Amino acid sequence: MDRWRVADCPIGHVGQGVSVSYRRRRPPMFYRTSLAFEEEDRVRSPAIMSQIFHPSTNTISRVSIFGAVFLVAALGWFLLAILRSSYVTQAGVIREQPVPFSHEHHVSGLGIDCRYCHTSVEVSGFAGIPATEVCMNCHSQIWSDSPTLAPVRDSFRTNKSIPWTRVHNLPGFVYFDHSIHVQNGIGCVSCHGRVDQMPLMWQAQSLLMEWCLECHRQPERFLRPREYVFSMDWQPPEDQLALGRKLVHEYQINKELLTSCSVCHR
Amino acid sequence: MTLHSRKIAGLNLTDIRNRLATTRGQQYWRSLEEVAATEEFQTLVQQEFPYQASTWPDPVSRRRFLQLMAASLALAGLSACTPAEKILPYVRAPEEVVPGKPLYFATAMALSGTALGVLAESHMGRPSKIEGNPQHPASLGATHAFAQGSVLTLYDPDRSQAITYAGRIRSWGIFLSTITQLMGEQRQQDGRGLRLLTETVISPTLAHQLQQLLARFPAAKWHQYEPVNRSQAWEGARLAFGEYVETQYRFEEATVILALDADFLSSDPDSVRYAHDFAAGRRVWQGPAAMNRLYAVESTHTNTGAMADHRLPLRPSAIVSFALALAQELGLDVGSEQASYAPPTEAHANWISALADDLRAHQGSGIVIVGLQQPPIVHALAHAINHALGNVGRTVFYTDPATARPTDQLASVRELVADMDAGLVDLLVILDANPVYSAPADLRFADHLAKVKLRVHLGLYEDETAALCHWHIPAAHYLEAWSDVRTFDGTVSIIQPLVAPLYGGKSAHELLAVLLGDLDPSGYQIVRDYWRRYLPAEDFERFWRTALHDGIMANTAFFPRQVEMRPLSIEGAEQHSADPQGLELLFQPDPTLWDGRFANNGWLQELPKPMTKLTWDNAALLSPALAERLGLENEAVVELRLHGQAVRAPVWIMPGQADQTVTVTLGYGRWRAGRVGTGTGFNAYALRTSNALWSTSGLEIHPTGGRSPLASTQQHYRMEGRPLVQIGTLSEYRAHPEFVHEGAHESAPFPSLYPEYRYESYAWGMAIDLNVCVGCNACVIACQAENNIPIVGKAEVARNREMHWLRIDRYYKGKLDTPETYFQPVPCMHCEKAPCEVVCPVGATVHSAEGLNDMVYNRCVGTRYCSNNCPYKVRHFNFFQYADYDTPSLKLLHNPDVTVRSRGVMEKCTYCVQRINAARIEAQKEQRLIRDGEVVTACQQACPTGAIIFGNINDASSQVAKMKATPLNYSLLAELNTQPRTTYLARLRNPNPALMDKGE
Repeated sequence: MDRWRVADCPIGHVGQGVSVSYRRRRPPMFYRTSLAFEEEDRVRSPAIMSQIFHPSTNTISRVSIFGAVFLVAALGWFLLAILRSSYVTQAGVIREQPVPFSHEHHVSGLGIDCRYCHTSVEVSGFAGIPATEVCMNCHSQIWSDSPTLAPVRDSFRTNKSIPWTRVHNLPGFVYFDHSIHVQNGIGCVSCHGRVDQMPLMWQAQSLLMEWCLECHRQPERFLRPREYVFSMDWQPPEDQLALGRKLVHEYQINKELLTSCSVCHR
Repeated sequence: MTLHSRKIAGLNLTDIRNRLATTRGQQYWRSLEEVAATEEFQTLVQQEFPYQASTWPDPVSRRRFLQLMAASLALAGLSACTPAEKILPYVRAPEEVVPGKPLYFATAMALSGTALGVLAESHMGRPSKIEGNPQHPASLGATHAFAQGSVLTLYDPDRSQAITYAGRIRSWGIFLSTITQLMGEQRQQDGRGLRLLTETVISPTLAHQLQQLLARFPAAKWHQYEPVNRSQAWEGARLAFGEYVETQYRFEEATVILALDADFLSSDPDSVRYAHDFAAGRRVWQGPAAMNRLYAVESTHTNTGAMADHRLPLRPSAIVSFALALAQELGLDVGSEQASYAPPTEAHANWISALADDLRAHQGSGIVIVGLQQPPIVHALAHAINHALGNVGRTVFYTDPATARPTDQLASVRELVADMDAGLVDLLVILDANPVYSAPADLRFADHLAKVKLRVHLGLYEDETAALCHWHIPAAHYLEAWSDVRTFDGTVSIIQPLVAPLYGGKSAHELLAVLLGDLDPSGYQIVRDYWRRYLPAEDFERFWRTALHDGIMANTAFFPRQVEMRPLSIEGAEQHSADPQGLELLFQPDPTLWDGRFANNGWLQELPKPMTKLTWDNAALLSPALAERLGLENEAVVELRLHGQAVRAPVWIMPGQADQTVTVTLGYGRWRAGRVGTGTGFNAYALRTSNALWSTSGLEIHPTGGRSPLASTQQHYRMEGRPLVQIGTLSEYRAHPEFVHEGAHESAPFPSLYPEYRYESYAWGMAIDLNVCVGCNACVIACQAENNIPIVGKAEVARNREMHWLRIDRYYKGKLDTPETYFQPVPCMHCEKAPCEVVCPVGATVHSAEGLNDMVYNRCVGTRYCSNNCPYKVRHFNFFQYADYDTPSLKLLHNPDVTVRSRGVMEKCTYCVQRINAARIEAQKEQRLIRDGEVVTACQQACPTGAIIFGNINDASSQVAKMKATPLNYSLLAELNTQPRTTYLARLRNPNPALMDKGE
């Protein structure tokens, strides 16, 4: 701290006592009042020096010391909030697609079953994105000259895939399997939301591990009878827990295993 | 590359021998250094974790480390904004493809005159794993290490990727016009200047095409040469029967087996089937306590020798006299007073008489098998012995050879070289062969090749031969092209491609079709048209589809043939005039690189050789006595001189090696193998001459004083006298079935401080039957392929940082010169009370509800406490970014069901949890329990002998539970009370009582 070098001393001559008094004045302000300092200085030093810190510094320093704890906590909370926000999880964010495909129109409007397009959802880990020819089954007849569907027709003609943007993207170390969830009474809606009300597709849930664990720890809260898995508007009964427990038993779901790491990570 | 060498100098072999001689009781050892207990070894052991040796003094790795740091910082910047991932669905979905589910296609892999039927796993059109085809006679569901490794070769970025003329890229069209013109010229002169060189042809279609070509160009010649071939066996059959026949063995029927320099359990191309059949006679836990008995006479220590109940190391030249002496002991008339062969010594005479008695006592259920590298006379003698003992028709059968045209390949290549030298060859087409590297050195193939006017080479790599050819055509891998093969018993398989050629490769069929004038050939049509000839047209489609689906063509196996034994005379046979004092040199195909064709395969390079545990190198194998006389130690560089040729090679002392014999393996020292293989090891072909393809005398060894560090995976840790391998004899087992547990180390369950787990549904476990494990390494590579295990390179292996989740430990017991050898595969033990779990500060390794010891990569922060605390040392840490994230073709290789681990993460065997999960999901969908045998781990699936069994130990009727219930079952380091889920069945030996007293 150069400021306190003896050479900078405001009085004319250099003496040891003086420098000591200055040094003593420097440190802690929170356990001695500045007034006490001043008096001491007046007695000891030949010249009176103006006060460097305003008395309010004491308050500020107190507040900032205790505030730091809250600040760190707030920062932590803020970070967690960001991590859970849709900015990071991309939940609720509409993804741009080469064709503005409307699930709302096809599911609730036309009543097409999920499995018409997502063919492997019951047999494979991957639900399947429909091949272009599935689109063309209908669209070679209807809306066959709509400019919106030009990429579909191009794909069919040129034999090049339509580059859909992935909406639900799990990290590489997570191995999710659609078939077993569908088989064991997890409805499409439980994870994908009311797809029948989405004109454009977005991710309905955060897909964070804590969200997965909500169900993996207590599957009975979310299970539904197998026959309603593909239903968009099934409502859980009042006694969902009772139903869930019954289904856990019926579907032979090993709850302990559901929280073993290797069930999803390997 | 500076190896941070764990140099252990100054071994006193006499001292080691004395120590081993004076110890009482069972004495096991892992390495010479351990027995010697040198100061350096003590320091090494005290370090305990040589892989934690400081890397900082190593300038290369430091630079690499900084590079990695820079790269990872750059990546850290990128990861903040993940680009949106695209999904590209099919335009027209193939009917049989279910996205996310693999498909299996039956095909076959050819290797040195035989073929292994395989099922190739395909994920959305990219082959990622090879499994055995249970219906194929050579496989029966298992594979060898080469088949497992072949999928890496498919994606090898160093494979040749373009047609070249004199090193410059040319189009297929230009090649077609050139070759058409040349073939036109040849047509004028009946093909007098046309020569074709292939390896052993076992494809009926290719043979047919070659015959068509020879019919059209009558003066052209087709030569076959492959460095590891069956010519000597065929010649032996001709000596004995006057015709070329192939010998087939029924090891499952045999009770007494003599292997005369025959490594039929591991390195023979048909070993998968033979090991399977051999194990049938050794699975003591399953049935009555009876075992076959195996005698091995060999010059260098092989896996077969390790499995043998009696093993006799003999120098190569002495094996002929051994066979003669045995034949005479059995009362055979061999038509000679064998003046030129040294009579057996007295010790050998005892051995021979005991063996002869045993063979005689088991007439009709014995086998005498001879290695491919033995001279014809030994094969002929074995035929005579099998014949005399009545084995023929019971355990030994004769069939036609699988090869379309059995040839004396050495004579064939000699003739070609002579023609080239005489300037008779205008156009030489080399199909999938590398003679510049592998032809006998004295033929000077490369020099004579230059005299050929136009040279065309078809091959997977731009190798040594391609460099000296005008045209190089990239060949299609067997997973990329249509073909067919006949395996050892005659069964035909169609080779079907799983993927279009990645690098525009052409198959041999397509190139031959071009030579025949078809300028737009289709391999599919060629193979199909060939088979169409032999089948009724109306039934063909059904037949073809069945053959493709099953991977075998029904009823194509040969019928056993009746052969007439000729009176045997050894007069005409090649005389082995060995100086009894001189040094002999023995060549062997490398256990992991074979004849060098797998040199650029990193998996196979890093696969420890079964006996030496060396990786990335070959070495001159010396017996301890010879090393002692010459004052040599491991890693000392010597110059091997033979008939004016010389190569420099590092020495490796091989307990059990015949004295005065040096073994070198082929396949190393390549100069144009690719980025992985070039420059590894030394080239043993430089010493291999046409008059001595397999063994020769007259070798001189000159120490150079230099050292060349070798990376062996079994130099660390000591056994501290713990009974890691448990061994007994069959008679001991019969008398005291509980002998394994009579030791002091295992007692009643210890109390434990850790909580007891309860398993309601499944509890996975594994049992490994050491009695049938032949140490063939197939499991190690299968695990590597299944679990995306990276390779680390020689320098890192030297620091003991190899990543193999499954290792095979090799133990010696007894004398230095004639030790018994045992193998023990060691995966993760999945301990009930796992020491690793309690020390992980971040919960990255935890116990699953089914008793697996789960490893959670995304939690791991790399403290390595778990690996410190693991008594079995099965955990492996990614010290660097070993997994290749960058090479595009290698991305296709990865198993999509297993995470590709990154730097700083611990990993270990998971019991193939991806397979468990897949089976559990399928079972649950069908509302049933997982059946026994439904979950098959990768190692288990590859194992030819069924040594590894996996399953639910909660189910008492499962095979694994039954194995664990046998008295032979024991745990590794049971006294630590870790309660491993992986247990072992003790190894039994079945020695001949007549030889036991003499301590053989």
